[in-house]
Amino acid sequence: MELTGAEILIRCLQEEQVEYVFGYPGGAVLFIYDALFQQDKVKHILVRHEQAAVHAADGYARSSDKVGVAFVTSGPGVTNAVTGIATAYMDSTPMVVISGQVPTGAIGEDAFQEVDAVGITRPCVKHNFLVKDVKDIASTIKKAFYLAKSGRPGPVLVDIPKDVSNHKTTFEYPASVSIRSYHPAGKGDSAQIQRAVRMLLEAKRPMIYAGGGVVLSDASAQLTDLVRLLGFPCTNTLMGLGGFPASDKHFVGMLGMHGTYEANMAMQHCDVLLAVGARFDDRVIGNVEHFAEIPRRIIHIDIDPSSIAKRVKVDLPIVGDVKLVLDELLDVLRSSRQTLDAAAMGAWWKQVEDWRAMGGGLRYRNSPEIIKPQFVLERLHEVTGGNAFITTDVGQHQMWTAQYYKFDQPRRWITSGGLGTMGFGLPAAMGVQMANPGVTVACVTGEGSIQMNIQELSTCKQFRLPIKVILLNNGYLGMVRQWQEFFHGNRYSETYMDALPDFVRLAEAYGHVGMRIEKPADVESALKEAFARKDDLVFMDFRTDPTENVYPMVPGGKGLSQIILSEEL
Amino acid sequence: MRHIISLLMENEAGALSRVAGLFSARGYNIESLSVAPTEDPTLSRMTIVTSGSDAVIEQINKQLNKLVDVAALIDLSEGEHLERELMLVKVRADGTVCEEIKRVTNVFHGRVIDESNSTCTIELTDTCAKLDGFLQAIGRDLILETVRTGASGIGRGDRILKL
Repeated sequence: MELTGAEILIRCLQEEQVEYVFGYPGGAVLFIYDALFQQDKVKHILVRHEQAAVHAADGYARSSDKVGVAFVTSGPGVTNAVTGIATAYMDSTPMVVISGQVPTGAIGEDAFQEVDAVGITRPCVKHNFLVKDVKDIASTIKKAFYLAKSGRPGPVLVDIPKDVSNHKTTFEYPASVSIRSYHPAGKGDSAQIQRAVRMLLEAKRPMIYAGGGVVLSDASAQLTDLVRLLGFPCTNTLMGLGGFPASDKHFVGMLGMHGTYEANMAMQHCDVLLAVGARFDDRVIGNVEHFAEIPRRIIHIDIDPSSIAKRVKVDLPIVGDVKLVLDELLDVLRSSRQTLDAAAMGAWWKQVEDWRAMGGGLRYRNSPEIIKPQFVLERLHEVTGGNAFITTDVGQHQMWTAQYYKFDQPRRWITSGGLGTMGFGLPAAMGVQMANPGVTVACVTGEGSIQMNIQELSTCKQFRLPIKVILLNNGYLGMVRQWQEFFHGNRYSETYMDALPDFVRLAEAYGHVGMRIEKPADVESALKEAFARKDDLVFMDFRTDPTENVYPMVPGGKGLSQIILSEEL
Repeated sequence: MRHIISLLMENEAGALSRVAGLFSARGYNIESLSVAPTEDPTLSRMTIVTSGSDAVIEQINKQLNKLVDVAALIDLSEGEHLERELMLVKVRADGTVCEEIKRVTNVFHGRVIDESNSTCTIELTDTCAKLDGFLQAIGRDLILETVRTGASGIGRGDRILKL
């Protein structure tokens, strides 16, 4: 029996065990939505803006290790999706985006709602396809899922012209896929791994620096074993949080621009650095020349060869899947007769502890009059038992959440790290909740970010998503304000958020529960009340101190040890 | 330093723009780029002439390899290789000038492939540097048009790029 391209597409998604698609219909995807309507295996979540569809698919994928799927129509559907796709690309989320295209005969004629989807998304996808023949749909979808999930994951866009989705052919889903020009890395080189073990055991001031690759590869258990076996200090990048338990005594906190003093100092002064699934980006090591001033030997494990030696010189590269490499490295380590220099390790840990004391840890001065954002996050951690899935938007609230919500498990921390996309948090939380029904999901946000996708409160109502929105409302685009205070002479250019809506009434207008919290004494009871409402979305408008800054801070372009500590310390 | 990178890629619509887009997006230099299908019509062979520090060249190689459409890649300048570029030059030439042009063309092992009362068109195939030398010898004043293909490269002897 022959099926239409649209029917074939839906059958492919069924074969891939896709449970949810996040999307928005339109002219070019009418046949696809018609095929979707006539089955009930693949369920559709109707968002209110295409950007949110892609962020939701992203949150779904990050919190579940499945491929996120989004549908958008041609033209503005695609352009609205681009921010979401770029976000997923920067943070290596496995995702397949299906976009409608104008009919093949109209391509290139500036047809209604036509954009060059493949051209526009090319720099922000792992790969993309324009399907010109209905016979190619099944094999293309198979390839798309394979590319999205294998190797270093990423978004793949499949653009399907309207006529192709209505042409007919027989359906056969390929059992396997191989692409002659694509060979994702698997195991690491054994000789390199043995060298790495020797180098690690020779270290006098070792450091383990782990990023999002650990989470993506599901290698948290291996990393935790390794750190405990070696007894080295371990730091996580923003993307890596939860990849190593924050409550472990070897954890020295997040590093980088808003990392702890001890993590940044240890990173700067170590003699052997093991980088695992991390990419030495500008927010992590700051100034490259400053970082290179103190010689250290670097071992770098990454699945993507282009991440190795991109910004810093690496002494011992190991290309491979983090989990497989760590498994082998642990085996070699366990059978090695070489021992660590215990005296050197003792001295190094003493130094790290001294830095911890000098930095004063993550500290802020609490106030009985005005709510400090850090205080809300500490109470949030306590009230949720540290077990919630937390999404964020971008800015000060994001950094405070990274610092104060101690993640002990991977895939609980969902944030836009690479692209820094405001408007990510709420739709991402929808995807997280769809992937993990029944779990506690909170979106920590700011009054700037939340307004970038606030229309999704409507989607949350339709699908009864009991997300808790933790709005840290300080009336300012706080991170930009902070930079203006530090580096632009207190000239707060366009960072005051005037004419804010009444968020409580806004939440209520969307059919949710709204709360306004203005006194520190009310923070904990309000959180308890909100999280007790298991079936409701509760929108909590915390009025926080507008003058609070994120510390510590390594100013842009500076070195890790040129870190600014809180002025109160 | 100048490098010649040779690669085999899927002969598909959009493959060329993935490579060109990579160079512009990451700010890499591109001196010349030439591409055409191979004996296997599903594959195209591309030669890219670029320049940069060792670290930049390493990144260019890795980033190109990362493109899903790129099937195989070799940095020809890392070993023994040959490079050739085809150039067509039209010069203003009448009478005595024409004879002088022909003399220079012979020295450079080129061929005159078209002549008119006032012009003379030369075909020359050699290394990029030799072509530069020819243009210098003729002088800019006489040149009406220059058409160059960009370098094509191939490894010497057993250095082979094949799937």
